[in-house]
Amino acid sequence: MFELRKDVFADERDDNLHEIGQPTQRQDMLGHVTGTSAYYDDHRFAGLLHLKVLRSPHAHARIRSIDDSAAARAPGVKRIIRAADVPVNLNTLLSLINFGKDDEPSLASDIVRYKGEPILGIVATSERAALEALAKVRVSYDPLPAVLDVEEALKPGAPSVNATYPQNTFEYHGKYDHQNLRYGDVEAGFKQADVVIEDRYQMSPIEHATVETNGSITVPDTNGRFVVYTSTQALFFSLDTAAKINAMPSNQLHFIGGTVGGGFGGKVDTMTEPLCVLAARLTGAPVRYRFSRHEEMQFGSPRGAERIYVKDGVMRDGRIVARQVRCYFDSGAYTRLSSYAAIKCAAHIPGPYTIPNVYADVYCVFTNRTPATAMRGFGVTALDFALECQMDKLAHAIGMDPVEFRILNAYRDGDMKAHRREAKNCALIECAQVAAEKANWPIREEFRRMSSRSGGTGAARAGAAIDHTRAPAPAPQRVTYERPPQPASAQPPTRSEPPPPPPPRPSAPASTPGSSHGAQRFSSVFGTRRR
Amino acid sequence: MKTPIQFRLNGEEVATFAEGGANLLDTLRETIGDLSVKGGCWHGSCGACTVLIDGAPRLACMTLAETVAGRSIETTAGLRQGAELHPLQTAFMEHFAAQCGYCTPGMLMAAKALLDRNSSPSREDVVDALGGNICRCTGYEPIIQAVLDAARGYRRSA
Repeated sequence: MFELRKDVFADERDDNLHEIGQPTQRQDMLGHVTGTSAYYDDHRFAGLLHLKVLRSPHAHARIRSIDDSAAARAPGVKRIIRAADVPVNLNTLLSLINFGKDDEPSLASDIVRYKGEPILGIVATSERAALEALAKVRVSYDPLPAVLDVEEALKPGAPSVNATYPQNTFEYHGKYDHQNLRYGDVEAGFKQADVVIEDRYQMSPIEHATVETNGSITVPDTNGRFVVYTSTQALFFSLDTAAKINAMPSNQLHFIGGTVGGGFGGKVDTMTEPLCVLAARLTGAPVRYRFSRHEEMQFGSPRGAERIYVKDGVMRDGRIVARQVRCYFDSGAYTRLSSYAAIKCAAHIPGPYTIPNVYADVYCVFTNRTPATAMRGFGVTALDFALECQMDKLAHAIGMDPVEFRILNAYRDGDMKAHRREAKNCALIECAQVAAEKANWPIREEFRRMSSRSGGTGAARAGAAIDHTRAPAPAPQRVTYERPPQPASAQPPTRSEPPPPPPPRPSAPASTPGSSHGAQRFSSVFGTRRR
Repeated sequence: MKTPIQFRLNGEEVATFAEGGANLLDTLRETIGDLSVKGGCWHGSCGACTVLIDGAPRLACMTLAETVAGRSIETTAGLRQGAELHPLQTAFMEHFAAQCGYCTPGMLMAAKALLDRNSSPSREDVVDALGGNICRCTGYEPIIQAVLDAARGYRRSA
């Protein structure tokens, strides 16, 4: 059951939370349980036509010729849509915010760059007629070498995936092939460290598998406009993208959505609307373009795969002194949203921990795989998986309790992050304390007393907060690693060296606990302690 | 080739023509207009189109329309009696057992089939009855709790 802990940061609350902490009925719930919520496909139109697309069977191939003459004569076929019919046949989603170059055609004309890439559309009187006509299209391909691995794609001589980015990397600010983060001296940190652990983490693509597949219906209106019913998660994003690809003013499109059968990031790519609008324009009839389950699973963009290398240096007293991360995002054949995911990833390194020496390179890489997209925290989720695995391994290696180890290294208010931003409104320590309590996981008294609000001067706190004359708590082996415990973990900690000097910190406005309340502490919009 | 078929839908006699090879899902949605039945996979793997045929849960997308002639079909559209919600509907609302709502009609029908024959199901019975229905939003627990709670309402009204 939901529990609202008001004792945490109690002096920062004025307890004005009228909605949080008690249930509120969803306004769409009655529709859901009576089967009357209207999803995009719950609208009926006389004379509805159906669009299906021909998809590439190759991961990378040159199209030599397309013969659709038999398909054009097939029963029920109203219109064949070819690449040349698409008014603006090159786009990238984030061009709407001037980020990245147009790199993806709606219909491939010369080269297909992933298995499943759309080549040609058929509009027919039924889905079945469209599919039967698609089977009559003859395409001749010259298969090209494909690259399906992010690190292979970066090697000299690797096949070039995407003509817009021939080096197989997204280009930041028009010149950088990756995102990087440099803070302190990571090599000096590794030399200083008692234990160094390096590992490789590989995530798979993950399909959102929404129970409602991607789809849209476009209906010509009587005033020259088109009404589009869509499953999109991003209504205006999809509207502007459809307008751009169709070279029409956006006020000719009226998008209706909002009731979506599951999204999770799998419905932000505007995968059906542009061609659906085009089909309605070319036929003058209402048209539905609905993904089959096979299309959704095989060709709908997934969460991208990530390969992450992490190397950490840790002291026996528990301080992490260096963290080096190398991360490769598999964007698939086109950019879509992976360029942004890589930025989020770089912004999240080194995790919610104060580490004086950080070094990271994050690449957005093109391969001949299905283009990747957003999914629940993309850019951060996989990185956190890697970093938290590392945290457990590091804690185990130095014989420290994994929760205490996290509390020790967690951001405090006032700490300097690797991005040279001061940490504010921190709450990881309190979260870890409550989680440990709920899980009946014993942590020592000094860790129960620690607070995100005190000790926030970076590295100096390690000496201040912990009595190093005591042996660390026995670290029960609650998890098993391939790596056996380091023999040295049994030794009492020795701390002859002073902690490294804290990194430079900006002058922060004086913190005034008691004058703020919960809404301020947790709001990203306002709050006296945020800038 | 179209075949005339007649069956009971939520207690009402309906008659229509089924296209050769047409499934019950398309016939209910496209021909008869019962949009409470949802399609999610069209090949029998997600459970969104679950309806009751003579009281048994069946996948409408895997059922040839011609085979339901003379039989009785129940869908979510017929679940409530006038303005009064079915105990399962009330319980789903109270337990937040729906988020996007797309799998909900199938869940409700699978659960109704269970409660109609067993109004004191164990948790395992509920999990087993809903085993063919995929929900990607809720994590299932609220749905299981809603069905168990609805069973209490069933027993009270019985």
